[in-house]
Amino acid sequence: MRLELHGITKRFPGVVANEGVDLVVEPGEIHALLGENGAGKSTLVNVLYGLYRPDEGSIHLDGRPTTFRDPGDAIAAGIGMVHQHFMLVPVFTVTENVMLGVESTRGRTGFLDYKTARTKIAEVSERHGLHVDPDAVIEDLPVGVRQRVEIIKTLYRHADVLILDEPTAVLTPQEDEELFEIMRSLAKAGTSIIFITHKLNEVLEVADRITVLRRGKVVGSTTPGETNQNELAAMMVGRNVDLVVDKGPASPAEVVLEVAGLSVLDDRGQRAVDALDLTVRAGEIVAVAGVQGNGQTELVEAVTGMRAAIGGTVRIAGTAVKGAPRKVFEIGVAHIPEDRLEEGLVPGFTVAENLILNTYYLKPYANGLSVQRDAIMATAGELVGQYDIRTPTIFNDVGNLSGGNQQKVIVAREFSRPIKLLVAAQPTRGLDVGSIEYIHRRIVEKRDEGAAVLIVSTELDEVLALADRIAVMYQGRIVAVLDQADATPEKLGLLMGGAQLEGAEPPAQVQLAAAGVTGVTEATTAAGPDVPADGGSR
Amino acid sequence: MTAATATIADARSRWLTRERVLGIGYLVVALLIVLLFNGVAGETTKFGFNSGPKPAIPLPDLVVPSQVTIYLMAGIAAFLGVVQLLRSGARWWAILFAFVAIAFVAAFITWAAAGKSMSLVGLFSQTLQRSVPITFGALSGLLCERAGVVNIAIEGMLLTGAFTGAVAASIAGNVWIGLAAAVAVGGLLGLLLGVLAIRYLVDQIIAGTVINIFAAGLTAFLASKVLVKLPELNNPPRFLPDKIPGLGDIPIVGPILFTNSFFVFAMFVLIMVIHMALFHTRWGLRVRAVGEHPIAAETVGINVIRTRYINVLLGGMVAGFGGAYFTLGSTGSFDKGMTAGKGFIGLAAMIFGGWTPIGAFFASLIFGFADALQNRLSILNVGIPSEILLMLPYIVTIAAVAGLVGRVRAPAADGRPFKRE
Amino acid sequence: MSDGPPRGTWVGPDTTMAHEAAIVDEAIQKPGKPEGRGRGWLRVDVRGVARSLVVPILAVFTALVIGGFVIVLSDPAFWAAFPSDPIGAIVDGLRNVAAAYEALFTGAIGSPTEILQAIASGDPAEITKALQPISETLLSATPLIFAGLAVAVGFRAGLFNIGVEGQLYVGAIFAVYAGFALTGLPWFIHLPIAIGAGMLGGAIWGFVPGFLKAKTGAHEVIVTIMMNYIAYQLVFLVLKAEGFQRPGRDDPISQNVLPSAQLPPLIEGLRVHWGFILALVAAAVVSWILFRSTKGYEFRAVGLNPGAARYAGMNISRTIILAMVTSGALAGLAGTSEMLGTSGRLTPGFSPGFGFDAIAIALLGGSRPSGVVVAAILFGALRAGSTPMQAATGTPVDLVVVIQALIIMFVAAPALVRAIYHIKAGRTTGTEVFSKGWGA
Repeated sequence: MRLELHGITKRFPGVVANEGVDLVVEPGEIHALLGENGAGKSTLVNVLYGLYRPDEGSIHLDGRPTTFRDPGDAIAAGIGMVHQHFMLVPVFTVTENVMLGVESTRGRTGFLDYKTARTKIAEVSERHGLHVDPDAVIEDLPVGVRQRVEIIKTLYRHADVLILDEPTAVLTPQEDEELFEIMRSLAKAGTSIIFITHKLNEVLEVADRITVLRRGKVVGSTTPGETNQNELAAMMVGRNVDLVVDKGPASPAEVVLEVAGLSVLDDRGQRAVDALDLTVRAGEIVAVAGVQGNGQTELVEAVTGMRAAIGGTVRIAGTAVKGAPRKVFEIGVAHIPEDRLEEGLVPGFTVAENLILNTYYLKPYANGLSVQRDAIMATAGELVGQYDIRTPTIFNDVGNLSGGNQQKVIVAREFSRPIKLLVAAQPTRGLDVGSIEYIHRRIVEKRDEGAAVLIVSTELDEVLALADRIAVMYQGRIVAVLDQADATPEKLGLLMGGAQLEGAEPPAQVQLAAAGVTGVTEATTAAGPDVPADGGSR
Repeated sequence: MTAATATIADARSRWLTRERVLGIGYLVVALLIVLLFNGVAGETTKFGFNSGPKPAIPLPDLVVPSQVTIYLMAGIAAFLGVVQLLRSGARWWAILFAFVAIAFVAAFITWAAAGKSMSLVGLFSQTLQRSVPITFGALSGLLCERAGVVNIAIEGMLLTGAFTGAVAASIAGNVWIGLAAAVAVGGLLGLLLGVLAIRYLVDQIIAGTVINIFAAGLTAFLASKVLVKLPELNNPPRFLPDKIPGLGDIPIVGPILFTNSFFVFAMFVLIMVIHMALFHTRWGLRVRAVGEHPIAAETVGINVIRTRYINVLLGGMVAGFGGAYFTLGSTGSFDKGMTAGKGFIGLAAMIFGGWTPIGAFFASLIFGFADALQNRLSILNVGIPSEILLMLPYIVTIAAVAGLVGRVRAPAADGRPFKRE
Repeated sequence: MSDGPPRGTWVGPDTTMAHEAAIVDEAIQKPGKPEGRGRGWLRVDVRGVARSLVVPILAVFTALVIGGFVIVLSDPAFWAAFPSDPIGAIVDGLRNVAAAYEALFTGAIGSPTEILQAIASGDPAEITKALQPISETLLSATPLIFAGLAVAVGFRAGLFNIGVEGQLYVGAIFAVYAGFALTGLPWFIHLPIAIGAGMLGGAIWGFVPGFLKAKTGAHEVIVTIMMNYIAYQLVFLVLKAEGFQRPGRDDPISQNVLPSAQLPPLIEGLRVHWGFILALVAAAVVSWILFRSTKGYEFRAVGLNPGAARYAGMNISRTIILAMVTSGALAGLAGTSEMLGTSGRLTPGFSPGFGFDAIAIALLGGSRPSGVVVAAILFGALRAGSTPMQAATGTPVDLVVVIQALIIMFVAAPALVRAIYHIKAGRTTGTEVFSKGWGA
């Protein structure tokens, strides 16, 4: 089915998310939609999927103009979508999720017919090599399998056009490859695929055509043969982008964070962190790389005292940490949390009140029980200026600030006191390039001032750019620690997926190496699926 | 919030698990039985199994020595406590808990009725009766919450149902018209909740509380102004208890299950219908999807807003039906505030029952039992002040709600407003 | 990022773009202008204050209008006359409404001319008589202020304290007991002790749901409602007990509070008593606690975002319990002031639903102490005027409950009021307390 979008414009209060967007997707074509966070890619496909109504413009399927009142219409027309945040009901089974909305029923009674549905699912499953257990409950399934279920959902509804919104956000590079294979085979069978991403290397690898969006407009349309990563990056951002972080070598000093044999349970009682060892020294940046869901969140919570461990120890500057965030803070730890709105800020409080979230009970901000407004206002004013936080006044509700500025509030708050250890989880998630650069710079600054820095990030680019040492976390353990110089995306990808590097040193010895004992040999790349020699995510 | 407190809680000693606490609790219960329920040595308690003076198949009464029976119950509780401590098995905990509870209650009844007689058939029959409004309340709450809307307004809906039922039936001289009117008004209140919560995004608990206050005030106002002056508007015909021939003569079970008012039968029918609909039909699957993950439901083409409206309407209608029980199925005339919190107990029953119709029914039975027991004991003139007995159902509710958090799961999107672009 | 709905917002799959640009636009177009007030510190912004008063005022007005409809439509005489003489019936109906509301008004405030004349004449008896209605209003408002503060404190910490009714009963029990059981003490010792006892009773009754919520996650709505019913029975129980019940009486009524524990009237001859002043003081104290103390900061943080509060090192359990205890103590003061000032003895059902009015008052007042005082006085006026209204026109006092319920509904649904009157959307009203269902 040939898909054409002409002049799509979609406005929200105060912003034009898409403006005059044209897009043509041929049958059997893999078309990548590229753009940075906030460029309007998701909005565009939501319009295509019937979740939003366009203010202007038209959609044509095989030449016929069509309008969608809701996703039901889009689905009926043969458009399927796999969202970035999975649209699966966690407590339902695979079968129930797949047939939701197009349920098989016994005759006209409305009673559910699970058998027919299961058979149909098995058939789709076989045909495209997407193996799932129809009776498994979604919340018990790993992320990669859930994605398969999402794809099956669309094929079950005979989708001719498949939209994938940031599908690789949750996959290891090896799983990415499997996904690309599935995409190629679907395309060969005639399904058109629209593939949204902000990762340049993926685009070059799998797309037939690439359309770049910036601030809601199409700024370019090309093919992988005609372009390269730097050009694409420039189109995405509108200026020449330096894809490397400017930093000097690290000079690690004494050990600040010492994690030994740490075991932590997650909310469901499973062991998320399993006898984990890790050290971070003053003056170095250690990044924990790994696919989301391998225990990084729980590790950070244990280190910052927000979750009690069931085994092992965490020592910061010699003091043991035991589930008391305030004590950890008082030792001199700064924590940039993974979710700035759920954990890092109080929406509803003013910017000023948020800037003292950690210190509100200390002098000079409080005198016993009584809060000292003047001191707070003075500090807030200073910090807003120092960290260039864009807000009309310090009395504005912090919830009204943009994502980047909200993150800056958190950074300002955390960085504005002497710290021994900085723990930053996903520090640049969802931010525009300008803010990302800013935060990276300040993190390096802190390192150079002598703080120990622990970063947890799922973005390989960020990890490779920022870290002095990279620890790969897989299923609750650190499976390898590499120096920045030795790390490549392929190696990291393999480690993140649980594979072993041939001839790799076990973690303990690599730590000794980091402590100054040299003699670490280059680990050879393990045999694996064909990975391009270059193509690193830089 | 639970996660936050869990962090602090699990920093405490790992030895004191929930299971061990329960085990120790059972031993404490055994001790309490021995300490509290004594002084009745030499007396006997008579348990009657017949309903009425001339049963079709008369059964002998069960006469037991009171104190011995009490000690026996204490022994059972202690034994189960030891079992719980030693085995701490997850599967059996509910059954053990139930048995300990039964032992305690049995000891209590034996003690309270020592030297007197207690008709067990009467007790259980009343239990079923009194659980009717609670079950209707729970079912109403269930229909709303499974679609993601918290319905605190059940109390108000019951009250208005009671009022409307009484007045409409009085005017028309016909119970069915009264019932229909009650259902209609309940549905209206449901729609009001829907409009406030879904369209105007009012916090659902506030919206529910508003409706409760409004219903209480309006019914009281109209009762004072209109019903006092025109008492003929408050004298409806009623559904009288009826016996199913044959089945109603079966000993024990007959009088309890098959000789009842229309409302009890309707309740059973409704429980089964809702259960089938919710878990075995397409409609039910969609409703549950909306309650768990409305955005996912929206993306597969389900109209979340319409589903919620329909469910709230249905919930209101069920509550209106249940409200009619108070007047048309029971006392007849309407009194200010006659629902006395049954709507809220219904909510607790819904939570206790894990948001399922059958679970809610069994939970309601427990509350109904507390209610019936209170009534029976005050007739028996036991030494316990009636006020404490009256507190019983409410205390049980608190214990249930407090003890069950974390063990049962609410529909994930329960209480959250849903906005569309 | 992979599974689960986007956190923090349920508005739709992608809002980053809308969000970002909206802020950029605002910042560029309106430099330096205070927009988007956080619910944090106060900064007097007249236009903002005016805008946030529009909805409450219109809510009250609309409720009164609908109340008028209720009066007319519930009069059998109206229906009898309507078929034959519709216009006449309507006119009569309107006249009834006017009479009812006039009685309500004069019952609540009295006649301004009378008051001025009385003051001019200088005769104490006349002044007393003229100020009678206002005195009744303030008298009715006193427990409402305390109760409203109780609910407001709960709301600020993210808790729905529907148990104010029960808490004030238990507070009353404690206060009355201290009031008659402790003999031989001078008033400046006895009165504070009695007041303290009342606070203690309410605090205990508030502690239970707070503790259960903090330790087990039990939802405070159900627990507090159950505690209300239990408290109600407790009063009966206590009033049958020997030391409590007034000797020589069969009915449930307590002994009288001794003069040394009584709250004296503000002006001799009027019923309004020093409890009113105490209530104003309490409002000021609560304001200080909420906005100028570290504990208040913690309450509000936990109420707005418990996740962030945990991150900030706050002890959420303790904060919840403290908030419920504070709320309970304030509710207990409501009962106390009734015992020690208004009636002097305990009877069952002395509260005509203060606890539920309190919810409306807290909402109407935007959970701010100043707003609570104003709203409480409004409701006090309605209540005070309702008895003369019933006496004069036969309209039952329950009408006032209906009006109050309508007021709450409109205040809780500002969008509804705006829709009726076609106003543009304004700022936050302080009533957005989004519940999270039962999962705590």
